Amino acid sequence: MEGSSLNLTLKIWRQKNAQDSGKFATYNVSDISTDMSFLEMIDVLNEQLITKGEEPVAFDHDCREGICGMCSMYINGRAHGPWNGTTTCQLHMRAFKNGETITIEPWRAGAFPVIKDLVVNRSAFDRIIAAGGFVSVNTGNAQDANALPIPKDDADASFAAAACIGCGACVASCKNSSAMLFVSAKVSQLALLPQGQPERIDRVLNMVKQMDEEGFGNCTNTGSCEAECPKEISLDNIARLNREYLFATLKK
Amino acid sequence: MTKFLTSSLGKKTVMAMTGLFLCIFLLEHLYTNVQLFFGDGGKSFDEASHGMVHSIIIRIIEVVLFFSIIVHVYQAVVLTKNNSDARPVKYAVNGVSKTSSWFSRNMLLTGSIILFFIVVHLYNFFLPYRITGEVVEPEAQGEHLAERVAAALTNPYYAALYLISVLFLAFHLNHGFQSAFQTLGANTKKYVPILKMAGTAFAILMGIGFASFPILFFIFGEEFLNWNL
Ligand code: HEM
Ligand code: SF4
Ligand code: FES
Repeated sequence: MEGSSLNLTLKIWRQKNAQDSGKFATYNVSDISTDMSFLEMIDVLNEQLITKGEEPVAFDHDCREGICGMCSMYINGRAHGPWNGTTTCQLHMRAFKNGETITIEPWRAGAFPVIKDLVVNRSAFDRIIAAGGFVSVNTGNAQDANALPIPKDDADASFAAAACIGCGACVASCKNSSAMLFVSAKVSQLALLPQGQPERIDRVLNMVKQMDEEGFGNCTNTGSCEAECPKEISLDNIARLNREYLFATLKK
Repeated sequence: MTKFLTSSLGKKTVMAMTGLFLCIFLLEHLYTNVQLFFGDGGKSFDEASHGMVHSIIIRIIEVVLFFSIIVHVYQAVVLTKNNSDARPVKYAVNGVSKTSSWFSRNMLLTGSIILFFIVVHLYNFFLPYRITGEVVEPEAQGEHLAERVAAALTNPYYAALYLISVLFLAFHLNHGFQSAFQTLGANTKKYVPILKMAGTAFAILMGIGFASFPILFFIFGEEFLNWNL
């Protein structure tokens, strides 16, 4: 099917560096194919800017196939734009109407400072993982399927939690800038498996401690994170995190 | 334990436990109030209230209740402040209303209206009955509690304040009840829909239950205490 093309007005956050106070700049792009991805549309804009000798818009991206979690953008008030369960690179221009004005902002959270334009620093997530989101010993090669029995439901829930790509959309979309969905996914994927058991208690205590130190807000169960998560990580995991934390506190 | 109480999850646990305790209190309070409808001139209600003053257990629960409200309100302010500070630069365009409910985003607002009402309410009823002894016990001569309630509720300003507060209480509970179970980790896929429904049902029950007092007294006046079929 032949797609049509769009003329759009873009209001984009421009900020030179972390110290700069930043402001919106308005650009026009024309003849944007509805078959393009959102990032390709920004590529077109950047070609235009470079031709004119202006500074292109800095934005994070890597895989462009929805698995790396880099392409953070707050588009018209929504993390990764209007579609559910997609990253920005998987958002297509057919989600927009001809003549529309699109506002594009970086993730906004104290724990994710802006580096430049739409690029934010998500190292806070790395430090949370470093605080316990791993299994310390080498678990070796893939086991014989029957050597380590794991209930199907647990395996499925762990696998679903492991789909988290650390994109930060949960933090960006939460009214409290809470990182609970991310942390709960990382705690859950290991808490549900036998390999995660030896460090289960320390893991949850240390990861929550790091999460608090990074200055993320407190979860009030509004559910925005689940609605915006490109991997549709379930709020179930947050309940599990709360449970794990409560039991870990009682045990230690 | 102090580590737990100062952690984000610990503070939320305290919020949830005090909130649920207040929910139990609401049920009990509604049960006492319903006795105003017995049509016996407020006798059952007076006796129930009287029984409570002289019960040591109720006195202890009352202290826990006061403590719960203070802790709940204190944590509410601290948490809401932290949460707002966690995003120093706000979005120019924010579609958060598309992904979360109004109730969940306005707990401090709905809570503050409840708090204002609680203060007025305690000043009107708890203080004269329990502390200053202005309103007397059922067997003595003088103004009884049920009459005072009826008089207050036939006052249009008080009735209006009461109704608005009850509405916001229902809003608070609509999100709060199920949220508390999520906070305590008692939520799993299987129970989420059930708890959400139960939360809304509880909110509606409390809303209609408490709203019935100002509405009926406002319509029928103090005579309602003696209504007969
Ligand atoms: C009868 C009175 C009240 C009841 C039954 C009640 C009940 C609850 C419940 C069950 C929650 C959910 C806790 C959770 O999400 O884990 C909650 C949350 C909350 N309450 Fe209340 N509450 C009452 C009064 C108040 C008052 C007076 C205020 C304050 C000014 C208040 C402010 C809040 C706030 C801000 C939250 C959300 C906090 C958070 O989720 O982090 N509440 N309440
Ligand atoms: S939980 Fe979802 S939104 Fe949050 S970081 Fe993981 S994939 Fe992204
Ligand atoms: S660029 Fe990798 S998920 Fe979008």
